[in-house]
Amino acid sequence: MKDKDFVFACHDIHVEVEGKEVVKGISLEIGRGQKHALMGPNGSGKSSFANALAGHPNYTITSGQAYIEGTNLLEMDATERSRAGLFLAFQYPLAIPGVTVANFLRAALKARNGNDEESLRNFRKELMEKFQLLEVDKSFANRYVNDGFSGGEKKRLEILQMAMLKPKIAILDETDSGLDIDALKVVSKGINSSTSGDEAILLVTHYQRILNYVKPDRVHVMIDGKIARSGGPELALHLEEHGYDWMKQEPSPVA
Amino acid sequence: MADILEKNSTVADIGEDYETKYGFSDPEEYFMKGAKGLNHEVVEMISRMKKEPEWMRDFRHEALDIFLSKPMPRWGNTELLNSIDFDDIFYYIRPMENQGKSWDDVPENIKKTFDRLGIPEAEKKFLAGVSAQYESEVVYHSLKEDLVKQGIIFLDMDSGLREHPEIVQKYFSTIIPPQDNKFSALNSAVWSGGSFIYVPPGVDVKIPLQAYFRINAQNMGQFERTLIIADKGSRVHYIEGCTAPTYSTNSLHSAVVELIALEGAYIRYTTIQNWSHNIFNLVTKRAMAYKNATVEWVDGNIGSKLTMKYPSIYLVGEGAKGEILSIAFAGNGQHQDAGAKVIHSAPNTSSRITSKSISKAGGRASYRGLVKVYPNALKSKVSVECDALLIDEASRSDTYPTMEIDADDVRIEHEARVSKVAEEQLFYLTSRGLSEDEARLLIINGFIEPFTKELPMEYAVELNRLIELEMEGSVG
Repeated sequence: MKDKDFVFACHDIHVEVEGKEVVKGISLEIGRGQKHALMGPNGSGKSSFANALAGHPNYTITSGQAYIEGTNLLEMDATERSRAGLFLAFQYPLAIPGVTVANFLRAALKARNGNDEESLRNFRKELMEKFQLLEVDKSFANRYVNDGFSGGEKKRLEILQMAMLKPKIAILDETDSGLDIDALKVVSKGINSSTSGDEAILLVTHYQRILNYVKPDRVHVMIDGKIARSGGPELALHLEEHGYDWMKQEPSPVA
Repeated sequence: MADILEKNSTVADIGEDYETKYGFSDPEEYFMKGAKGLNHEVVEMISRMKKEPEWMRDFRHEALDIFLSKPMPRWGNTELLNSIDFDDIFYYIRPMENQGKSWDDVPENIKKTFDRLGIPEAEKKFLAGVSAQYESEVVYHSLKEDLVKQGIIFLDMDSGLREHPEIVQKYFSTIIPPQDNKFSALNSAVWSGGSFIYVPPGVDVKIPLQAYFRINAQNMGQFERTLIIADKGSRVHYIEGCTAPTYSTNSLHSAVVELIALEGAYIRYTTIQNWSHNIFNLVTKRAMAYKNATVEWVDGNIGSKLTMKYPSIYLVGEGAKGEILSIAFAGNGQHQDAGAKVIHSAPNTSSRITSKSISKAGGRASYRGLVKVYPNALKSKVSVECDALLIDEASRSDTYPTMEIDADDVRIEHEARVSKVAEEQLFYLTSRGLSEDEARLLIINGFIEPFTKELPMEYAVELNRLIELEMEGSVG
């Protein structure tokens, strides 16, 4: 299969941050409607990989290729990658004081779709629908982006953005971290419902827990900047039982 | 007041021998000759031209002497201040003179900005000083009728002096005497135009009064003098200026604004200053808030080469409240030296100062503030927040806060922050599809949001568009 047959494909990606190589050759292919999980212990390079793909200025992709529906991702800057259909749900979302959630989302959609009467009407309607889905109050719209938000609220806003922006490939960077079980269920519901079925999702996570709610088609385990093993959903359960140390002791080729 | 109106014998002589000296006796003709520079003759002519009462004429002459005897301030941007050539300035522009200017003389970048802001034709000409009249007489008339019915006086200062001399004489220069500083002395000598507002007790002026409505060329005056009196329990909101760039060839602007909020009254004074970048804007604004009264200054500084302006509130009655919300945008070649002063001289008074400044492309924004709490101002509360945003390495921000607290049992808060547009924030926004410029603009809009949300809708929209243009660097 060619790169353009996948929503997202990358080959031998190497990433450096502050002169140090943290991703040492990752290759992935995610097809239409597929959910892949990227798991690994702290410091394995998962977040660096995610941020580098989205175009974070501090991370440099030193070699490798990446495509979104066959289009070269690496030739684009962060803005273009987003407009090409890539979305990153941040692990630590940033506060933008003075900018309301509604204005922020409106600006993002306007940047993609233009600015006309109809899209404005639809925007408000859709925003309220997504609020309901993610069980947030209407007043959320007038709060300043991530300003004084609890961890759970920040993660909900990330998924809300995903739901409104409708990306082709959504990379969710430790979206489950810091969430209690109820928040986790709501956020997972959000992830599952917002997909039209065609998107690809790359779920970056440390824990297996979220994978009970957002069921992956493939699981990859990243250790020290490389994918040590890939497998089906049962791989995640195996990790749950035996921990990452087991992986480190028994590296085996991609299954 | 009587003592400062002592007649000066040399002043009395002026005008006596005009016929012989200059070959005319009419002030109109005097100004037709295009007299620059400042002296007692000019002051005399201004007063004669306006047909003012003698007390005002004497007041002006006295003020001129004070101006001439005072040295230039030794603080602030002394380099720029000392570059002012007082002799190379017209101190009085007659409405007729403005009409002489042609649209072709207006600089290209100003015209372009008008287009970008979507300003209608007639308005453009007025703002550029090309036309002295603005065809909104009809709008103004019906508004005027409503105000008159409620007993509200809203006139230009010249007319106010003429038609309500008792009120004017009672309050004029009681808050800002000529001796206050060199530029209040200057204004006191050559003032022209500005607004005079009196609101009777208990009257709530429902719509904001705008200088715009008093359309005549005096609005664009260099030396506007505004006096607003809100009698007991009344409420008024006054809006000065506009967001569109205001073009003027007269490089020195020195206004004086005096506000008096009597017991239980409320005054809000909103300014968006956007003078063209050749202008020195040196303003003295002060308010007196009596018992349980509230005064709010909403002060936006976008234009001018150098602005020095520190809206002040004297909380002189128990329970009085004051708020000063100021933003300053300093672009290339600009210095916004703005700030606030609050003086607590009564118990249970509270004040809040919020200052937001943005510096870009080598611009310089300064915050200069004074909070003074007298020993009798028990149980007072003060909160000061100054935030500076530096867009790039070339720009500069300074903060000079002063606090003189001489009372016990008071609560004082002060917070100062300097930041730049964080790369992480930019990435967060660009990763959502915004371009870097769009992202930066959104962050800036968020930064000044506490100010923008206090503006009437159309001003907020215009201000946002203006900031957008400033960020693009397309405003002169």
